[in-house]
Formats: sequence, C-alpha cells, structure tokens
Amino acid sequence: MARFMALMAVLAAILLPVAAHAADATPGASPSASPSASTAPTTGTAINVLLTNQSDKAADGTAKPIPGVTLNVTDEAGNAVGSGVTDAKGRAIIAVPAKATYKVTLDEKTLPEGIALGDGTADSVTVAVRLDGPNNFAAFPIGVQAKATTGFGDKLSDSIVSGVKFGLIVALAALGLSLIFGTTGLTNFAHGELITFGALVAYLFNVTIGLPVIVAGVIAVILSGAFGWLQDAVLWRPLRKRGTGLIAMMIVSIGLGIFLRYVYQYLFSSETKPFSDYTNQARRDYGFIRLADKEVAILLIAIVAITVVCVAMMTTRFGKAMRAVSDNPALAASSGLRVDGVIRNAWILGTLLSGLAGVLLGVNSQINFLMGFKLLLLVFAAVTLGGLGTIWGALIGSMVIGLMVEVGPLFGVPSSIKEVGALIVLILVLLVRPQGILGRRERIG
Amino acid sequence: MDLLDILRTALTQALGPSAIVYALAAIGLNIHFGYTGLLNFGQAGFMAVSAYALAVTVVQADLPFWLGVVLALVAPVVLALLLGVPTLRLRADYLAIVTIAAAEILRLVFGAVETKDVFGGSNGLNGYSETYKGLNVYTKLGVGRDGLDLGVVQYSRDDLWNITVGWTLVALGCLFVWLLMRSPWGRVLRSIREDEDAVRSLGKNVFAYKMQALILGGVFGGLAGLFLALKQSSVVPSDYSSNITFYAYTALLLGGAARVLGPVVGAIIFWFLLTGLGELFSQLTSGTDPILPASIMDGTQASLVRFIVTGLALMLLMIFRPQGIFGDRREIAIDAR
Repeated sequence: MARFMALMAVLAAILLPVAAHAADATPGASPSASPSASTAPTTGTAINVLLTNQSDKAADGTAKPIPGVTLNVTDEAGNAVGSGVTDAKGRAIIAVPAKATYKVTLDEKTLPEGIALGDGTADSVTVAVRLDGPNNFAAFPIGVQAKATTGFGDKLSDSIVSGVKFGLIVALAALGLSLIFGTTGLTNFAHGELITFGALVAYLFNVTIGLPVIVAGVIAVILSGAFGWLQDAVLWRPLRKRGTGLIAMMIVSIGLGIFLRYVYQYLFSSETKPFSDYTNQARRDYGFIRLADKEVAILLIAIVAITVVCVAMMTTRFGKAMRAVSDNPALAASSGLRVDGVIRNAWILGTLLSGLAGVLLGVNSQINFLMGFKLLLLVFAAVTLGGLGTIWGALIGSMVIGLMVEVGPLFGVPSSIKEVGALIVLILVLLVRPQGILGRRERIG
Repeated sequence: MDLLDILRTALTQALGPSAIVYALAAIGLNIHFGYTGLLNFGQAGFMAVSAYALAVTVVQADLPFWLGVVLALVAPVVLALLLGVPTLRLRADYLAIVTIAAAEILRLVFGAVETKDVFGGSNGLNGYSETYKGLNVYTKLGVGRDGLDLGVVQYSRDDLWNITVGWTLVALGCLFVWLLMRSPWGRVLRSIREDEDAVRSLGKNVFAYKMQALILGGVFGGLAGLFLALKQSSVVPSDYSSNITFYAYTALLLGGAARVLGPVVGAIIFWFLLTGLGELFSQLTSGTDPILPASIMDGTQASLVRFIVTGLALMLLMIFRPQGIFGDRREIAIDAR
C-alpha cells in the first residue's frame, strides 16, 4: 500500500572526517592499509545528511533509511557547491570546500514512491559548517517528527570515547608543557605552536612530499624534538645565561608564539586541510563502544607514549635527574648534575611530545595553523588542574578536561562553546586549590 | 612603489582612531604591569565587556545611550572584582593564565550561537552609535563628509570626530595617571611592584591596592573597548581576541612601561610601523609586475609579514631593551618572584 504523507526527518550532521556518524563510508579500512573509500569526500570537510522515514520504524525503534534521494548544497551566495545521493543506509556525505554556512536542499522528485514530505516541512535546511573539534555536529531536523537518531546511552558512550581520546592528546601536550615548566619555571605561551609544528611538518612530508601518513608522522615527531633542541640552543639557553627573569621570558614566549603563528599561516595558508589518508574511516562496533581503526591507533599511541614517559620519569637516571632539577636546580647542580643538559633534554622531550600530540590531532581531525593555539588554554587548564609541574597531575587534569569538553554538551553545555566549561574549571581550581589536585602546597602566592 | 604614499598612510593610521584604541588599552596595561607589576593578559576581556555593555543596553534593552556609556564603565569594574578576588593573591603567571582564560571565555560566549539573541552571535551588534555621531562638532562646523586633507594626513569627517574625542580621552587619561602616580597611592603601587612583602610589613593592605590597580587599569581597557565600539559602530566578537592584548603589550613595551607617556608613544609608533610595513609589502606585491613575485609572496602573505615582524619585535624588545624607548630598566617588573 502506498504510504502518503510519510513523516520523516532529515538530520544533517557536520562531521570532522574522523568523527562519529561518518561511519558507513569505509567499512573495514585499517589504519595501515587502504586510503579512504571513494564515497568519502576528498577534502575532509563535509556535510553529513541522514534521511530516515520516521513513520516506518523497525521493531527496535530505528527508523528505516530512505535511499536514492538527491541532496544539493549551495553556499550563501547561492552557488552550487556539491550534491550527493543517499546510500542504502539513508546517508549522504557531501564535501564542501571550506567552513561556512551552506543550504542543503532536498530534491523532492527523487523521493521514493509513496514517500513525501510532511505538511509544513521545508525542503531545505541551513547548515553552519564549523571545525572546532571532533563530534562537533549539529542536528537540523526537517519534518514533523524530528527525532534524534541515537539514544542517550549511545551518545554518552560515543562522547566518553571522544573525551578520552581528546584527553589523551591534551595529556601529551600537557606532559610536554609540564616537563618544560618543571625544569625551567617558564610558562610557555608559545606551547600551542609546538603542537601545530608537529602537525604541519607531518603535513609537509605527507601531502607536499608524498610520504605515507605514518612515515610523515614519525619524521614530524623526530623533527619536533630537533625543534625543541634548536629553540633551547638559540633562544632559551642564552636567555638563561643572561639571567633574564621569568616574566620577561614569558613575554618573549608570547612574541615567539605570534611570530610562529603568522609564519605558519604564511607557509600553510589559513585553510584547514586533511592528511592524504584516514580522513573518513568507518567505526567498528566493539560492543559498548564504536571506534574507527585510526581512533584505536591514536588511543594506543598516546597511551604507550604517556606510559613510557611516566615510567622513564620514575625509574631511569634521566627521569630522576629531571625531577631533581625541577625540585631544586641549585641543589641538583651542586650534586654534580649538568642542569643545562637536563633542561635541554626537557625541551627536546617536551617539544617531541607536543609534536606527537599535533600529529595525532591532525590525524584525528584536520590541520590548521591555529590548531595548537586553540588548544593552548585547555592544556594550561589541564596542567593547572592537575598541579603545575607534576607529571601525574598533568595526566589526570588532561583526562578531566577532555571528558568535560566532550561529554559536557550532552548535559546542556552549548556545543559551540564547549571549551568554556574547561576554562571556568581552570579559574575555579585556582580559587579553591591553586596547587591543583596533585600539586604540593608551596609558595604560589 | 610610492614611498611617500606609504609614509602618509602610516602617519594617518598612527595618529588615527586605531592607534587611540591601543593607546587607551596600553595605558590600562601600564597601570597593571608597568606600575603594579600585575600581568593582566586579559585586557581584551575588559574591552569586550565595555563594548557589549554599551551595545546590549542600547540595542537590545532599548535604554538611553548615556546609560549605556555608564554601564560600559561599570562593567570592567565588575569584571576586575570577579577576576581579582581569586587571583590577586597568586603568583604572577597564574594571574596571566586566569585573565587570558577569562577573556577567551567572554569572547566565546559573546560569539556563541546559543547567545545570539542577546549578543548577536558572530555578526555582533550595531546601531547604537547614533547619539555619538550626532554630537560630531565638525558636522555643525560645516566640514564636508570627506573631511580634511592636511596634505600629510587626511581624515574623513567621522574620523576627525573620532580622533578629537579619542585623543582628548588619552590626554585626560595620561594627566590622571601622572597625578595618581606621583601621589602617595602611586608610590605604594610601585613599592608593591618592587617588593610586596616590604609593603606588607609597613602595614599596607597589598591586596586592596592591587585590586584598586586592577580596577583602574581595567576601566582604561573598558574605555578602549568603548571607543573601539563607537568608532566602528559595531561590536564583533572577533575584534576582542587575545591578539589585541598582546599587541597592546607590544605597544606598551615599545614606548616604555612605567612611564606616563610610554603607552601613548608606543601605540603611535606601533601603528606607524604596522601600517607602514603592511602598505610597503602590499605595494611590493601588487600590480601586474610586482617587485616580489607571487611565487615568493602573494597578496595574502604580504598582509602577514607585519605580524611576523610584530612577534619578532616583541621578542627582541623584551630581550634587548625591556624598558622600551623611554623607560627606565630599573622600573620594569620583569624579574619575577
């Protein structure tokens, strides 16, 4: 029987290439193998539309998908940007050139027999494409019975996974910041640019030179370490030798940050670009959680790197030396430690970890010259929350911040400003317990 | 390439409204950093609350313009109290992180989709400056819309009014700071910068003095934001990013911190160099046969060179001449506790 006046909902979700619901694009692609499938947009920035028939639900309550419907995307000036046809799962992924506001129009003539738009349902929806982080998607329902496609439990587990992943990436950068702060006392306002450095170098070797993403990532991490050494040798060490004060060094780091940001923009342009590979990857179902293979890789790499650093800090001579210097540089020096060498190592290791964070963040989402700067305050928040200069504190603080940022939107935090919560926590921690969760009570005022 | 043209543009900007915004913001930072040693990295936040206080009062609440101006001067006081209570007892770098975080929170909230009904989202607010424009004395004097061309510099009628109001504010502000800093109150502030514990042992309430300094400098930041809002006739969240704070610091350090005229001279020189460099590279890369080929530098890249130089200049200034042009090295609070 032909069904008239089917109620249906259109959900358009903006996706980072990684993020959730891009799911069906490349079933089974593994991080070490094939490039993304042909349905995936090459640029990575895309509008994701899901068409389901809300009046025809399966036994488990999920609405049936509507395949074969043409969707056209136009920009604000009305120029056609692209179009897509929904696949067997009712999903269409339409690549867009840049982040901006677009209008998605449904071609009613292509609707399957017996299905029509409900009364009072517009055939178009305006979508603002933003790229501030994974899972930053917005749903714009068209139709009388607009319903979210995923239940709260699914959303919660998805956002917890995103939060852990984001937290681990922040943790890498926070460890880097913490190492440098611990040994030198410098609050490095150019730390965000060290994160960006890793991602940009990886992009250079991957897209410009044409090496595989993984090789490019390894090179980028190594070069990040070299960049840390260079910075210390050329800038920070001479400043320490001159006896420049910490406040002066902090302002120098602001200048360095501005300098690097604009050099990055000069060389990379202000566009947001993806790596050549792993842009859109399917998520596999692991029971409670769904993860794309590259997300598994990111989680594993981050956990291994953090574990190695933490164990090394606790057990090796190198780690002990670093902790000794951060406890009391003068005493460490008089015990025969080469303080300058230890600080140099801290710069190398710290920058290397931050570069790794940048590479992983680039794989996770995309690359932009401001990506590190946008992360800087969250890294500060993580480090302050855990306790400035403590290794475990940085780790715990990062996880809390990561989860807060990603899970917050589920509990009413507006998703376009989900970072605000973490920054408010930063201020509150300083109010209540300025030494952080794990920090020792010492002179902070 | 027309060198004279570059100089004219640079000079026009250096004496124009944009430089005034930075001069006012830097006067505030001078009170914070130069005289009291407080590292406020959130001047952009003080500017934003003032600008939005005016715009929201007039546009959204439909209240009189002058009430908006009063609220715009109250808003930074409130912000300073909110920020100062938790952080003024903390170390300098904590204050820096908290103030920059607060400024970012404000910018994000003002620009958020969810608060669009109040703050206008990323497009901001406009339509509040009619009263201000109506006061333009040059209209009454019969100056044409194109304003005056003085040969070296030229300003439109609106800009003439802007710079008259702006430089008057700057002059009054400088006079005020000069009088304050030679009073006993000012001497206490400077002593706090030099040695907080010594001041405390003399029985002074250091926290209260720091708070007063934070409020006062914040109000100057608010004035800068208010003036920016009036000169632009629109309030847009992206105008209040952290960069504006950093550039104000650059201007302050260029002129010389802890000097009454340091921030003003610094802002003028900063804008002269910024526009001069921008204009120079834009001319070098424009035209059919540019002096710098597009493969090395295109038009967009040309507009970035001045900011690269700004970052470099801030570093070099801090390393080699932290006292700036007029400052006294002994008067700079750079040897942190």
